[in-house]
Amino acid sequence: MISGSLMNATTIFYMLSTLAFFIYMAGRNKQIGLAGSTLAWTGFAIQTVALGLRWKESYDMGVGHAPMSNLYESVVFFAWSIVLIFGIIDAKYKYRVIGAFVMPFALLGMTWGQLYLPSDISPLMPALQSNWLTYHVISCFLGYAAFAVACGVSIMYLIKAKSEQKGDEAAGGILSVFPPTRVLDDLNYKAIMVGFPLLTLGIITGAAWANYAWGTYWSWDPKETWSLIVWFVYAAFLHARFTKGWVGKRAAWLSIIGFAATIFCYLGVNLLLSGLHSYGGM
Amino acid sequence: MTTEHRSVSDQVMQTFASLRLTMAVLILLALVSIIGTVIPQGQLPPEYVASIGGEQGNRFRLYGLLGFFDMYHAWWFQGLLVLLSINLLACTIKRLPHVWRIATRPDTTLSSAQEAAATCSVVLDLPESINRDRLTAAVTAVAGRPVVTEQDHELHLFVQKRPWARLAVYGVHASVILIFIGAIIGNIFGFKGFVAIPEGDTVSSFTDRKGQERPLGFELRCDQFTVSFYDAPGGGPSQMPKEFKSILTLTENGKEIPGYTHARLIVNEPLTYKGITFYQSSYGNTGNHTFTVGTTRLTVSSEETAHLPDGSSMHLIEAVQDVSPFLPGKSGPAARIDVHPANSGPAVTLLSLANYPEENKREAARLSLPIITYQGGTERPYTGLQVNKDPGVWVVWIGSLLMCIGLYVAFFLPHQRIWFRFGHARLVIAGHTTKSQAAFRQRLERIEQELKATLQQEEKP
Repeated sequence: MISGSLMNATTIFYMLSTLAFFIYMAGRNKQIGLAGSTLAWTGFAIQTVALGLRWKESYDMGVGHAPMSNLYESVVFFAWSIVLIFGIIDAKYKYRVIGAFVMPFALLGMTWGQLYLPSDISPLMPALQSNWLTYHVISCFLGYAAFAVACGVSIMYLIKAKSEQKGDEAAGGILSVFPPTRVLDDLNYKAIMVGFPLLTLGIITGAAWANYAWGTYWSWDPKETWSLIVWFVYAAFLHARFTKGWVGKRAAWLSIIGFAATIFCYLGVNLLLSGLHSYGGM
Repeated sequence: MTTEHRSVSDQVMQTFASLRLTMAVLILLALVSIIGTVIPQGQLPPEYVASIGGEQGNRFRLYGLLGFFDMYHAWWFQGLLVLLSINLLACTIKRLPHVWRIATRPDTTLSSAQEAAATCSVVLDLPESINRDRLTAAVTAVAGRPVVTEQDHELHLFVQKRPWARLAVYGVHASVILIFIGAIIGNIFGFKGFVAIPEGDTVSSFTDRKGQERPLGFELRCDQFTVSFYDAPGGGPSQMPKEFKSILTLTENGKEIPGYTHARLIVNEPLTYKGITFYQSSYGNTGNHTFTVGTTRLTVSSEETAHLPDGSSMHLIEAVQDVSPFLPGKSGPAARIDVHPANSGPAVTLLSLANYPEENKREAARLSLPIITYQGGTERPYTGLQVNKDPGVWVVWIGSLLMCIGLYVAFFLPHQRIWFRFGHARLVIAGHTTKSQAAFRQRLERIEQELKATLQQEEKP
């Protein structure tokens, strides 16, 4: 199918983009940084077409639904969301080097999806036949993507903060292309300010859907509980800014832990624990 | 009041309203919530109980004592949620009056303290001749209509945007409490239960979660239950279910209720009458089946376990009265059953055919069991419905809506204030914003440029 080939092309573009950002980080050549962003945007455009085609192909097969119904589709949509959020931040703030810490997440997702996951379009089981599926998945994954960007920025923050402490800032090297810690801290906060309301919306649409399908908006199923754990961690992050002793490195660590919990909520729960979201497994 | 002489209630308030408590409770909630995702909750599978050393083991008793098998309802978990609520309320009581004052009664004059706390400020030299009207007109044109105050021979002009956005964070905090209240209302005044209705039967009660029968207040008949399947790629039905559908008729005192005759109920499209909602949740077959085991005749109901004379037990997986569509060339009744040996070894699955005793004998020899022969049975499909009443759910949705709106306003709509103070040929412009400082600086720069252009030259005669 055409959409499958386009997804492969997308993976290659994300790979080239990641490479370009790595070279940019090492060599500080502005042209290469620009190339990294252009490649990411091109891959994003191709993937958008691929997602649209896959959506259409499902209707041609008579089992029409948004391409967000199984593990393959979700990981591909996750990659798309990460590049979207990164693209917006890149366009707005122009700190190209962030790409070296965010694009690998998108590349990882695409590679896993394309190489290891079954990509057949399958019909929806009765529990998934609902418009809530689309709203729920879109809000969750855009939120997750914002957390991925925040995590990448937090890793940069910790590296930069370490070098600033040692005082080898003037020495230049790779770290001189990093934005100052103040900017990284701010970007981290901004990304989570986008991700947190989206996660909240994702949990609420999930609860509304569960209430519609099963008659309970909350049943402490492992997936629900983990989404709430992620929510607690980022709620703590948002309050850390106003709390003495929690600013800076600790906040960056909270953001990284938050993303680790997000990934566990997304994958760990399906692959390691059992529960209502079992259809998300392989 | 000095710190040493602070009253006890003050100190308690200080503790409950502290952000450090918020951080501690949120992180603690995140950590302990993990327990219930790793340890099974509610009905424990016997394999799990065995894996932690059985019901007499220390681990089982310890977990039970700590409430780990129903941890989200354990006193200490609920206690943490109560602590979170108290923290939220205390923070609100402590901070809201101050924020309310900022939002409703702004400082319309620029004090030196305000100037120091400003996000950004600039000073313009202007001709001394500029009067109140001209300055007000110029500010109105670039920043909106100001509040004008004259104080100590100086002119103070004040404009602001979205003072109410300050309250958003308290809206978010209130929404958490509102969701808790909704959940409590649901727990006290609502119920959840289950009812299974064989096709053609009528029920007037359901079983709640405590196992008690409760009246519905009306009658519910299952006219039909069907499962449809997606088409397989090569044509014909596949194994993938497409729709579980019950056709239901509701009656009150035997009279059909308009709009509820032959009503369709499918997954994701519940049916509500008089505040009670029905959800399509399971299905199965119900009926009785006859087997001969060795020489004993045995009646087995569709979903129960039957005990065999030798101490083993059997469980019917599925039965058909005509096997030909599934086993071409064969005919007559057939049943697939699980047999659990008496010595609690692994269960075995076997197929028993009414018309082929030789095959049953072979199966028995293969599995070293007595010969089990299915004689046939009668079966009807039943539909399993979740029955639910939750008068608190609307409170939860209102809370959720409030949370989303509150988060959006708190994160993306800043409260912006700009002061202009004019005296002795100097105009001080100071601005303060709660969020998005870069965009606000740009706004202030634009205001500065435009005021320069309109005010810096002397008025032409």
